[in-house]
Amino acid sequence: MQDILLSVEGIGKSYPGVRANDDVSFRIGTGEVHALLGENGAGKSTLVKMIYGLVKPDEGRMMLRGQPYAPVEPRAARAAGVAMVFQHFSLFEALNVAENVALGMENPPPMRELAARIRSVSEEYGLPLDPSRMVGDLSAGERQRVEIIRCLLQDPKLLIMDEPTSVLTPQEVGILFRTLRQLSSEGTAILYISHKLEEIRTLCDAATILRRGKVVGSADPRQSTARELAEMMVGAVLTPPERKAAEKGEVVLGVTALNAASPIPFGTSLKEVSFTVARGEVLGIAGVAGNGQDELLLALSGELKSAPDRVRIAGRAAGDLGPAERRRAGLVAAPEDRYGHAAAPDMSLVENAFLTGQIRRNLDRGGFIDWPATRAFADEIIATYDVRTPGNHVAARALSGGNLQKFLIGRELDQSPDVIVINQPTWGVDAAAAAAIRQAILNRAAEGAGVVVISQDLDELLEVSDMFAVLNEGRLTRPRPVKGLTIDEIGLMMGGAHGMEVAHHVEA
Amino acid sequence: MDFGAINPTILIASLMVAAVPIMLAALGELVVEKSGVLNLGVEGMMIIGAIAGFVTAVHTGSPVAGFAGGAVAGALLSLVFAFLTQFLLTNQVATGLALTLFGLGLSSLAGQGYNGIKPPATHAVPFGPLADIPFFGRVVFGHDWMVYASIALVALVWWVLRATRLGLVIRAVGENHEAAHSLGYKVNRIRLGCTVFGGAMAGLGGAYVSLVRVPQWTDGITAGAGWIALAIVVFASWKPWRVLIGAYLFGGITVLQLNLQAAGSRIPVEYLSMSPYLITILVLVIMSSGRGRAGLNAPAALGQNFHASR
Repeated sequence: MQDILLSVEGIGKSYPGVRANDDVSFRIGTGEVHALLGENGAGKSTLVKMIYGLVKPDEGRMMLRGQPYAPVEPRAARAAGVAMVFQHFSLFEALNVAENVALGMENPPPMRELAARIRSVSEEYGLPLDPSRMVGDLSAGERQRVEIIRCLLQDPKLLIMDEPTSVLTPQEVGILFRTLRQLSSEGTAILYISHKLEEIRTLCDAATILRRGKVVGSADPRQSTARELAEMMVGAVLTPPERKAAEKGEVVLGVTALNAASPIPFGTSLKEVSFTVARGEVLGIAGVAGNGQDELLLALSGELKSAPDRVRIAGRAAGDLGPAERRRAGLVAAPEDRYGHAAAPDMSLVENAFLTGQIRRNLDRGGFIDWPATRAFADEIIATYDVRTPGNHVAARALSGGNLQKFLIGRELDQSPDVIVINQPTWGVDAAAAAAIRQAILNRAAEGAGVVVISQDLDELLEVSDMFAVLNEGRLTRPRPVKGLTIDEIGLMMGGAHGMEVAHHVEA
Repeated sequence: MDFGAINPTILIASLMVAAVPIMLAALGELVVEKSGVLNLGVEGMMIIGAIAGFVTAVHTGSPVAGFAGGAVAGALLSLVFAFLTQFLLTNQVATGLALTLFGLGLSSLAGQGYNGIKPPATHAVPFGPLADIPFFGRVVFGHDWMVYASIALVALVWWVLRATRLGLVIRAVGENHEAAHSLGYKVNRIRLGCTVFGGAMAGLGGAYVSLVRVPQWTDGITAGAGWIALAIVVFASWKPWRVLIGAYLFGGITVLQLNLQAAGSRIPVEYLSMSPYLITILVLVIMSSGRGRAGLNAPAALGQNFHASR
């Protein structure tokens, strides 16, 4: 057995109305890669925030290298040799790489020296990075390198990684794992948080599984099957969505050589995007975040207009139509950002149901809202999609992410659309709700709608899609049938690893 | 139009003086906005600085004490703003507007009985024979110390924001407060500090109006200079040296229209008086047209309150 680096004993933390962590205990050895496994909301993030000094535990204690360890702030944690790479990057887009790194260090050297150290460390670990580049111009994978290098420069004893692979291409994941193994062999322990079981099985030496804030077990991931781990994590047996064989009908959505400048700062413009979707067909669009997904959704929903013939809905030119007119033509869209884009967070579920349902469900009478019909529509969504809420009067903000997502997806699906466009249907949604959402999407497709699903979750896309394409720097690859695609081919479609392999080859 | 009566030496020399109050206030507001706070109360803090500086100078007989008093008063008023927005999380726009209204009213009350008094004079820095050089003597060496101090402050703010760790942290907080917080920086405290600096600078600018530029006390003496300062920050795309350019540009137009009036130009006085404001609006429209916030270089978290609940 290795030396114990960090031991966590009986840690607990409560927020108003929620017990985030309850009597959590586990140990990490020196140089060990330890997985923390659990669903969204299982308390993983709260736990690591306590280890990193962002949140104070209510009870319990931690020991680091045999010494009591109770960091009051991240600074203290960093001084003790604990570093963290965040799930949502803690980076500053308008600052350059070196400045971003300096902000995460206690005593950064002068900028010129720091830039030289960034270069040397990044090459040593096969993560090439130019210190003078603006972070806003970097890809998600490159941004993660900035975070990792920021940590490595402080020579950490324990590196915490919160869902690091959710934004990476398969090749980038491979490189990240090589880097992590190299670190581990040099004696740095890694606490690896994820809900992706295959990754954990290939990378980690030990796993602690959390469910609803409690440790429900520990396992040796190399000896366990993914199914065993999943069932410990979810606490129930999962059934994959079933799909009825649907007849492919005529084309309902056609996009031809669509170009659109991004309205988002540091966004990606769409370049010559072309595809078609037929009735009963699901087109899955993969890609690393920030490669034009948001822009594609805007261009399809009508928030971003183009020349009329670039977008055709059921054979009619619709490129110059706005969102309301496209809804009327039969296209509904569900954007990624639930709070603020897909829903008005402070308005009730009834009001939110009206906002997009008004046109296709005829919820207004001569300019006045037909409240009974709108309430009935909201109740229908709540019942059909199993939205857990005290009632239809609650504000959208008050629902949990998964429940709100079920409501918002249901709102679009229940408008008998011809075309459905969804960005990130199950992002931040627990496994049971995600399965329900995917099933609902498949059901609509079976009834004859054409569906476009944009997602960063490859497993999800492979599960629901008939055709598969990748957005890369605003360009869409030619859609290919999902049947027969290998993960390597998908990785190459995703643009490989943005030149990362080169560095590793040199090293080897 | 007749330009014959306008002396370019005097024009440049006096535009440098006219620019000092808005330059100081804009420079302070630039730091505030760089940290992600939008304080629309600049006008209020300036006029409080103007009356406080005036009263202090009259009673102590020292203009230096007057400037200090103005800065302290501006800082105190900004502290009210910082407390409301950073700790009670009030809306920054509404609070800033209220601050201006409050400052205008309070200064009017405090200024009762100070009308018609002359403050102690602030003299030009004695550069000896240098001041006698034709043109340059008047333009470069003929000013009071605050003119030089304001330029030095531009350089100082530029250097701090660009080259120091403090500046980097301020920019980081204004760019992404969530990320700054997760790295362990005290977002609200940093913003409080910047807001108070901005208040002190606005107060200093206000004191310059009542002690040097006018120099006496009347109600509403700042006459919208605070609003111009806010506009100059945008005009300058949040860059200190461009604040200097913007302030001189505006100061120049103000002085020029006064000179044109004095020279008996045939353009009606009203048009001349409104010209600096019209030109400010025009410049802002041109600067902002067709480009997003990124193009303007605005701090990404500008005007958003931060609370470390998540």
